[in-house]
Amino acid sequence: MGLDFSVVPEYAHFLWIGVVWTTVLTVSAALLAFFGGILFAMIVLYAPRLLAWPTRFFVWLFMGTPLLLQLYLIYFGLSQVGIDVPALVAGIVGLGLHFAVYNADVIRAGIVAVDPGQNEGARSLGLSRAQSFRYVIIPQAVRSVTPPLGNNLIALLKDSALVSVLGVAELVHASQLAISETYRPFEFYITAAALYYLLNLLLEAGLRAVERKVEATR
Amino acid sequence: MDLDLMIKVTPFFVEAAWVTVQISVLSLVLGLAMGALGAWARLGRSRPLRVLGGAYVSLFRGTPCLIQLFVLYFGGPQVGINLDPFTAGVIGLGVNIGAYMTESIRGAILAVERGQTEAARSLGLSRGQAMRRIVLPQAARLMIRPLGVNSVALIKGSALVSTISVVELTYTAQRFIGSTYKPFEMFAIAAVLYMAIIYGAIRCVQWLDARHAID
Repeated sequence: MGLDFSVVPEYAHFLWIGVVWTTVLTVSAALLAFFGGILFAMIVLYAPRLLAWPTRFFVWLFMGTPLLLQLYLIYFGLSQVGIDVPALVAGIVGLGLHFAVYNADVIRAGIVAVDPGQNEGARSLGLSRAQSFRYVIIPQAVRSVTPPLGNNLIALLKDSALVSVLGVAELVHASQLAISETYRPFEFYITAAALYYLLNLLLEAGLRAVERKVEATR
Repeated sequence: MDLDLMIKVTPFFVEAAWVTVQISVLSLVLGLAMGALGAWARLGRSRPLRVLGGAYVSLFRGTPCLIQLFVLYFGGPQVGINLDPFTAGVIGLGVNIGAYMTESIRGAILAVERGQTEAARSLGLSRGQAMRRIVLPQAARLMIRPLGVNSVALIKGSALVSTISVVELTYTAQRFIGSTYKPFEMFAIAAVLYMAIIYGAIRCVQWLDARHAID
């Protein structure tokens, strides 16, 4: 069986739906990962041990196991404890938590890396702990964490492909649906790869703009 | 926690973990070879090779590894490539991580101070000799950690081959979750085994790192 890409345009609407759901998944999971990352980092750094230790264990556990395994755990685990969620929600929660953990690690390291003298200087000038954190530590940490957070976001976009195993009609699963009608896996997977590549280029361009802006506030 | 069930299924998980180790080690070897080749192409003097190396890195890092596996395993037969799941998994993972390793190796080589090459060249060493005898031994030390990070990512990424029906750790966990409806128990067993494999890999990297430390 030779290759015939002419069937692909006929199924353009499948792929379009796939692109839309991949975007929805990525954006929702990225928001969850961003705010979850901040929350986990704050807990690990500043919360009492009773809260910090379980969080640290969770971070360690989620950094050491594959995303795919975590997706199965969340999808089937939630329904076992009586919470029946649609695959899309399970996918967002799974992707979001997985990357929240990686973001937390980046944010924690970024805050710790700010020279302690900065905080001491701010405190001795009469700023409160909160003021020092808000006006002295955070602005410096933001610059150092922006590039690695951007890299995590790029990884998240690519890893959103894994949510296809739960049956969410994102780009990979949408391609599978088109393949089940046409029996042309090569053509559709290559097309899907090209679309991911385009999305990735767009995201990278956006991140570069953000990084330039963060740099400019120096 | 259903401990009896966990004890009953653990042997299957251990067997599957061994498959995960095999896949990871084989694709690590392939990835290192691809990485060395990619870095050589990207740093060389031939423009077509540099472009080719750049395209390899950009395409394989710019698309999901899952799609790359699917193109190879499901699309391969259309272009005359028929691979069993295990082989397709090793090749897919290895070529994918090779793109990341290309950048790790290239970064380490570029991080060696320029003056080292210049001094070697001015002492009469050829380009190749300067690279082999002066730059690479110094770069080798610098690439241990980034390649270690790539390797740990590879072990976790090896879970993807469960989607092309290689019976490894994640495949086994997923199967048992489906048949027993005990997701937490099955996750716990798989997590312990993944952690053990990753811990072993990290210890190897640390050992290499300590052995090649400058002082």
